[in-house]
Amino acid sequence: MRQEIPPAAAGPSPLPHDAPILALRGITKTFPGVRALSDVALELYPGQVTALIGENGAGKSTLVKILTGIYQPDGGEILLDGAPARLDSPQAAAAAGITAIHQETVLFDDLTVAENIFLGHAPRGRFGLIDTRAMRARAARLLQGLGAEIDPGTPLRDLGIASKHLVAIARALSIEARVVIMDEPTAALSHKEIEELYTLIERLKAQGKAILFISHKFDEIFRIADRYTVFRDGQMVGAGLIAEASEADLVRQMVGRDVSQIFPSRTPRIGAPVLQVEGYAHPTEFADISFTLRAGEILGFYGLVGAGRSEFCQALFGMTRPAAGSLRIDGQPVAIRSPADAVAHGIVYVPEDRGRQGAIGAMPIFQNVTLPSLARISRNGFLRLAEEFRLARDYCERLDLRAASLDTPLGTLSGGNQQKVVIAKWLATRPRVIILDEPTKGIDIGSKAAVHEFMAELAAQGLAVIMVSSEIPEILGMSDRVIVMREGRIAAELSGGDLTPETLVRHAAGIGETGQ
Amino acid sequence: MTDMNLTREAVRAIPDRLEHPARRALKSWETLLLAVAVAIFIANSFASPYFLDPWNLSDATFNFTEKAMIAFAMALLIIAGEIDLSVASTIALASTAMGAAAQVGVGTPGLVAIGLAVSLACGAFNGALVTGLGLPSIVVTIGTMSLYRGISYIVLGDQAYRGYPADFAWFGQGYAFWVISVEFVLFALFALLFGILLHATNFGRAVYAIGNNATAAAFSGIRVERVKFILFLLTGLMSGVAAVCLTSRLGSTRPSIAMGWELEVVTMVVLGGVSILGGAGSIPGVVIAAFVMGLVTFGLGLLNVPGIVMSIVIGALLIAVIALPRLWRKWRG
Repeated sequence: MRQEIPPAAAGPSPLPHDAPILALRGITKTFPGVRALSDVALELYPGQVTALIGENGAGKSTLVKILTGIYQPDGGEILLDGAPARLDSPQAAAAAGITAIHQETVLFDDLTVAENIFLGHAPRGRFGLIDTRAMRARAARLLQGLGAEIDPGTPLRDLGIASKHLVAIARALSIEARVVIMDEPTAALSHKEIEELYTLIERLKAQGKAILFISHKFDEIFRIADRYTVFRDGQMVGAGLIAEASEADLVRQMVGRDVSQIFPSRTPRIGAPVLQVEGYAHPTEFADISFTLRAGEILGFYGLVGAGRSEFCQALFGMTRPAAGSLRIDGQPVAIRSPADAVAHGIVYVPEDRGRQGAIGAMPIFQNVTLPSLARISRNGFLRLAEEFRLARDYCERLDLRAASLDTPLGTLSGGNQQKVVIAKWLATRPRVIILDEPTKGIDIGSKAAVHEFMAELAAQGLAVIMVSSEIPEILGMSDRVIVMREGRIAAELSGGDLTPETLVRHAAGIGETGQ
Repeated sequence: MTDMNLTREAVRAIPDRLEHPARRALKSWETLLLAVAVAIFIANSFASPYFLDPWNLSDATFNFTEKAMIAFAMALLIIAGEIDLSVASTIALASTAMGAAAQVGVGTPGLVAIGLAVSLACGAFNGALVTGLGLPSIVVTIGTMSLYRGISYIVLGDQAYRGYPADFAWFGQGYAFWVISVEFVLFALFALLFGILLHATNFGRAVYAIGNNATAAAFSGIRVERVKFILFLLTGLMSGVAAVCLTSRLGSTRPSIAMGWELEVVTMVVLGGVSILGGAGSIPGVVIAAFVMGLVTFGLGLLNVPGIVMSIVIGALLIAVIALPRLWRKWRG
């Protein structure tokens, strides 16, 4: 049952004074402990591209989920062609003509192109069976409209990445979309494919579609967008026409805030070099990473999502083998081939993906804490429960863990408390170097502060800390020195007065450099 | 002993446990299963006047001792999130190798060594395919299930090996003292060893960690592939122990030896409360499950229940095995 939609404005007429197709007013969304969106507004006009700009965690993804019917706002209204609308399910959003192209769309390798495009809403023939002929014809028309020469009958497996991306876009447009959301669509694309995407966006503009374009890359925004809206900490802090804005304006709006007050004050006592990395490289993810980390130092790693920071850290921890490069600990060359090697050399890694890589939810807290330390606290390979509880109690209490008992399954705790357990687990191994990958991602403010304070204490005790973070305040508030990564390489090493929000964003996005 | 002197004004004390381990054990699946075993025992003793005879009870243990010895190793494998369906075929291949060796006059110690070596090789082959090539164990071991028994059929055809040395009969037909068979002693010994391995060692803890979240286990410095490979070796080895006992008990080897045992072993493991999805289960549970299955088959046999009905009962038991733990956990919340 498709709801009747009035025909889109005919022909290309990107006048700023057109009525918006979609308007959001006063949208608010709260999650337990976090206000994700607070009173935000957004307008999308036919035949125009609106860029949505903001740091990670600014609320962009939450907004996309509200527009596509996955989340329901707690307050505010959504106007479609000026009339209030409810997007209370993905189906309702699709019926309203709103569609999203994600960074990684889930497609099915063993289905044909046409089946992928129409999965879930295939044209039906007699007896409710799928009308394959009609489906292929419509798929062919859609692909033609995108300027793609792909046979709808081809199994998806046989296509290259770029063609798959076009299929994903065709799938998004197969619902007769009027509003197209593109969430970092260029993240996985090569230069040539990005150019093709621009052509496609021009085509969609000409068809009168309203496009919401989410990107971290300023060159793209200035190239393709007509309007912009800036989010910061869940609030809309600016909007306007791209033609009237400068890069500097946008950067300031993105990051402009007081960052010092919520972080622990510390006077770093930086000691001897602990870890020296020389020319670390990976076949695809990163190259030529060299730096020295000293005792008592917090070294921040900043960069956009996909800049290769996590991949590098996981190689340092032995999860993947580097293709080239060497490592010294206390000046002695060491080879790390597995996490067990890394732990043995005193390098530990608190992963970003806590649920998958950090926590074993079904196991009790104390067993999670002692897992990497068992060799040390057991006797001839036999467990010693009393020792286990002692170690777990010791570190959990230091991290101010809130839990009913140490025997409680870890998965029943809040995200912040789970993160404390994962950090406790690694501190209990008594490491020399601790790598924290997005240590405060997705945890509440109180736990965040506790993690920051603890990190400062660790550094004060002479631990060498690497902190990967995408949050500029956290990077600025905690780091003694910052390495900015871009596209798998070190783009800059900043400290002291060079360390400002603007320099971070510029180096991470590659702004203000001539060519590459 | 610590090098970090962090002082917090109000450190919250977190209790180790909220519930005494004994209290928790009382509410466990194993306790329920034990009650079922006792009930079956009592029912059997009323149903047949011959049941309580010590020699009859001793005979009853042969229904499960060999399968249970494999089930101990299989329990660890399933807890770690893998499975080995080739165990019965491994018995066939190991038994065939022993039979062939017996024909050329190899003595009992040599036969045992050959049986164990062949089954260890079978386990190593499974383990190498699963951990080395990253193949799913259910597919690999369905394949080797046909492969191992296939070799046995090629060697033996419709023939059988007999002529084992007289002292070889000790494993499957001997008694340690009074009514206690050698097999039962081996069963008890391996129950103890595997119980200690799973519940009291670092290795056992790693098995649970891998079964619950193999990625997080790897990120915790556990050598996941190595642990899994060792588990396949152990399962192969225990199939070899079972092959020695069974061959010794039967005194002959046919290629159809131990046919269908893999399913009975898995049933025993799952009935014992081991999650087929991995991550949970215990050796005491498997031990009790072994008794339950042995008592059911033996009781029905004493009552002269025809084989066809017995297979229905076993089938019902199998389904109950899958359904009951779920209902039990639901009820426990």
